[in-house]
Order: sequence, then structure tokens, then C-alpha cells
Amino acid sequence: MSKLEKVLYGNRLKPFLFLVGLILMLPFVVKSSYIFTILILIGIYSIVTLGLCLLIGYAGQISLGHAAFFGIGAYTSGVLTTSFQLSPWLALVIGMVTTFFIAYLIGIPILKLKGHFLALATLGINIIFYILILGLNQLTGGAAGLIGIPSLSLFGLPLTDKLFFYFFVWTAALLVLLLSLNIVRSHVGRVLRSIHDSEIATETLGVKVENYKVAIFALSAAFASLAGSMYAHYITFVAPPTFYITKSILFLIMVMVGGAGSVWGAILGTTVIMFLNEIIRFVGHTYFGISGEVEIVVYGLIIILIMMFLPKGLMHVISKPIQKLKQKKKVKIKSHKDMISQKGV
Amino acid sequence: MELLMQYIVTGLTVGSIYALLAIGFVTVYNITGILNFAQGEFAMIGALTCITFVNAGLPMYASIIFAILISATIGLIVERTAILHARNTSVIILIIITIGVSTFLKGMGLIIWGTNPKQLTPLIKMEPIHFMGAVINPQSIFIFIVLLILLAVLYVFFEKTYIGSALRACEKNPRAAKLMGINPSTMSALAFTLAAALGAIAGILITPITDATYEMGFLIGVKGFVGMVIGGMHSIPGAVAGALLVGLLETFSGGFISTFYSDAITFLVLILVLFFKPNGIFARASGERV
Repeated sequence: MSKLEKVLYGNRLKPFLFLVGLILMLPFVVKSSYIFTILILIGIYSIVTLGLCLLIGYAGQISLGHAAFFGIGAYTSGVLTTSFQLSPWLALVIGMVTTFFIAYLIGIPILKLKGHFLALATLGINIIFYILILGLNQLTGGAAGLIGIPSLSLFGLPLTDKLFFYFFVWTAALLVLLLSLNIVRSHVGRVLRSIHDSEIATETLGVKVENYKVAIFALSAAFASLAGSMYAHYITFVAPPTFYITKSILFLIMVMVGGAGSVWGAILGTTVIMFLNEIIRFVGHTYFGISGEVEIVVYGLIIILIMMFLPKGLMHVISKPIQKLKQKKKVKIKSHKDMISQKGV
Repeated sequence: MELLMQYIVTGLTVGSIYALLAIGFVTVYNITGILNFAQGEFAMIGALTCITFVNAGLPMYASIIFAILISATIGLIVERTAILHARNTSVIILIIITIGVSTFLKGMGLIIWGTNPKQLTPLIKMEPIHFMGAVINPQSIFIFIVLLILLAVLYVFFEKTYIGSALRACEKNPRAAKLMGINPSTMSALAFTLAAALGAIAGILITPITDATYEMGFLIGVKGFVGMVIGGMHSIPGAVAGALLVGLLETFSGGFISTFYSDAITFLVLILVLFFKPNGIFARASGERV
């Protein structure tokens, strides 16, 4: 049975421990506070992309509106802690619960749509959200944004310290990762994959496809909200442009570049795209003297190329040689055993 | 009454621009099954190349023709390089590829033309016309006339010419068309070229009214897309009607509710249409293959 699980899902303990080790080790290696900020942002965005990966890679549904849920979390935290002096932790939980219910209610009608239409509808939701936070300026500060969001503190430890916040964010990200891995391995994960392959076939097996799709949509939205709250408390400032469709597209690209077929791909894709962005900006700025949005040319080109030649994402490229290596090992051991048994004869 | 008339005129003008993009969307979607998120960028390319040619001293008509040709060529190149390779992959990957193309083209626009909005003098220099209390910009009439002419031309093209009927055959059933000796791949290239040219025309037409920037493309592209979805995905007349409706909706909601929320209202209507009439409000009932 355990062997079957390994074949079906791969080993999850080894990569997980590897990731934990990497996260623990990085603060000792990385000295630049600039790169440290990027690592924290990768942690925050990974929480969003993990949820999105469950939605896209496992359930086969697309969303071009996750920046809206990210924004609902950020603005709930921001507004509740600045205008209503609520505890940041309480605000974070309220944000997640609210987002879950909003996404659930939106999800019921919207997930009846498929493919391009679902993409357009979620895009529309993102645009509506963006206009609402611009328009409700008494509450959200409008275009000027919301300033003075307090930082988090945990058991008396102020999380203004980058190191503490780094560990805090990545602990949360790892918990979300564990949860996602467990979902993928559970019967829910199997149902989701079967929805991905054929909704109708799944429905004929007596599964209420809609419920599963809506639930996973709401869950991924709640993840996004959690990340949004963390973002708000880390940057201590939120403004509408952060939550426009460009961000939704960015999340989508992170998932697809990493490989939507695996939960690990979400974290890999987020890391790769974040560093890619910084490298392009840095190279463009220092060597070509260009500034502003020019990097989007390279960015667009890389996305096209990756999608054209590696449609399964980078995770697929990495995991393939490892699997081959393992198979070779097995064959070697087997042939060795065969030889021994033959000698015995 | 005057206000009402004014809203109608403005709405139809904006709607006509969306309609041109929506025609491109419908053509590409029906032939290739791809929704080209980069469609709006061709409006940007068309408008800005046209301005460049005019500033270089070329006469207006020549500039327009060159701009349309260049945009169409870029459309063809995009199809041959990025789309052709990935045609048989999943919807999500195609969406991301076209988004990538859109980002790339926008970035090129930024590099070539910078961030400043650019102006184009209207083709027809006339005093604004007063009609039933509404002030009509001559450019609006011009846009509307161009839309009508193009619709007539497209009708003749699709219904009366050989290539047009080959395109329609591909729309109806690509496999059967293939058996009849029509190459779906060529038709796909043709559809992208046509759509890019229509996008460029839309961009050139709107520029005298709104000015052109490198980032003008995405939102009008999405609006054209919305028009097409509201009107139904399968016919050009439906898409045009849907796009005109979107234009009217925008100006009326802007006038009676708030200009600030008009985009939000447009998308809200889109979502409602998708919920209640997912095939568009002008569509006939149709079956779906499982």
C-alpha cells in the first residue's frame, strides 16, 4: 500500500525536509537585505500560488481574479487595524473567513463557466474589485492608498524584524503547503483530478462536481486572503495598483511556469518568476540604462517561450531526470540480485 | 432629450470601436478556438505606427494603409511563431501565451514610442454637427461609416469569395474542411492577419478622440471581448450588436450613475449575462459535443 502511494504521489517527506532545510539555511547565507525582502515576498506569494495551483492544476479551473482575493485580505487587515483598531491577528482571521464566503458565493454561479468564459468572468471580478477599492475612498483611502498599517507581533516578538517575519511567513507557507499536499493525497484530491480530466465522467460517478469546484475555489481564495493580510502587515501600506489584473496574471504565470501539475511547482514558479523579475530589472537598469516598465518585453518573451516549449512547467523538467535516475538504480539492484540468484543455481 | 441623444451618439461611437475588435475576436475564435488576449495590442500598434508615419511626413491615407499592413504582418508573425506551435495544447496554456504576446507587444510599444500620449489629427476636418440637440463629432460619424463599410466588405468577403467560404467552412467543421482540401493552418494564419488589421483600423479611428498610448490596447481589447461574449460567440452581426450595446451601456451608466463606476457596471452586466445567458443574448440554442 505504501509502495502504491509512493508511485502515485511521489515521496513528500524528502522534498519537504529539503525545503525546510533550505529555509533555515538561507538567512545564514543571504546577507543582502534586498534579497531578504524578495525571499519574504516569495513566501507570501507562494501561499497564493499554492491555492491557485490546487485550482488550476488539480481541479482544472482557471482564475484571472486572484489578486482581488489577495486584495480583500490586505484591505480587510488594513481597514480593520487602522480605522477600527482591531487586533491584527483577529483581522487576519476575519479577512480569511470573509474572503472564503465571498469566493464561495461568487463561485457558485461563476464556476459553471468553463475555459475562456471563466477567465473573462474572474477578470471582470478583479476589475470590479479594483474600481470598488478606488471608489470607496472613505474606507480604503482610494488611489492614495492606506497607510500606517501596524506590523505584526507574535508572543511579544516584534515581527518588524525581517528575520522574524521571514520565519513567520515561511512557517505559514509550509503549513499551507502541508495542507495542500494532504488535500492532493486525500480522496478530495482524486476527485479534483478526475474533474480535471472529465467533469461529465466524474458527475456520472455520482460526485457533485460543483460542490468540489466551488469549495476549492473558496479555499484558494482564503489562502490568497491570508497572503494579502501578511503583505499588508509587512509593507504597512496598500494601494489599489497592487491588486489589479496584472497581479492576477502574475500569479497565474507563476503557477504555470512552475508547473501546475504539482504543488511543488507553485513554490518553484514563484521563486523563479520573482528572481527573474529582479534580474531583468537589474540588468535593464544597470547595463542598458532603461527604467520603468520596459522589462515586460523580456518577461512576455520568456513566458511565451516557456509555455511553448515546456507546457508542463519547470517542475516537470526537474522531476523527470530524478525519476529516471531512480529507475536506473532499481534496474541495477534488480540485475545484481538476478546475477546472485543465477550463481546460486 | 438632448442628453439622451448625446449619450446614444457617444455610446455608438465607442461601441463601433469595440465592434471592430469584436469582429476580430469572433473570426479568430471560431476558426482556431483561441481567444486572442493580444487583440487589443494591434489597436495600439496600428494607431502608433500611423502617427509615426504622419509625423515622418507621409500623407494621411498612405500612413493609414501602411499602418494597417504593418499591424497585419505582425499579426501573421504572431500566429506563425507563438500560436501555431501551441495550437493543440490546453485552453489555459493558450490564454497564457496570448497574454504573454500582449505583454511583449505592449513592452515593444513602450520601447519604441515611450510613455507620452500621442495625438492624431482627424481625417475629416469639420465643425461639430448639431443634431437634435446633441453635438456630434465628425469623427464619430466617420467611425460609424467605416464600421458599416467594413461590415459590407466583410459580408461580401465571407459570403461571395472563395477564401471567405473556405474560412467559413473551417469555422463550421475544421475536419470536414480539411477533407475538402482546405488547410486549417493557413486559414488560422489568415484569421489572425484579418483580426490584426481590424484591430489596427479600430486603433487608428479612436486616436483622434482619445489619443494613443502604449497601454491603450488591453482594456479596449477586453471590452471588445465583452461585446463579443454578450452578443454571442458565433456570428459577426451578433458580436457587432453586443459591442454596440457595451458602448451604449458604458455611456449611459456613466451619464446616469457615475462615470467612475461605468467600467464596473459593464463587467457586472457581463457577469450577469454569463450567468443567465452563457451563449450570449442573441444566440440561438445550440447543442454541445461532450
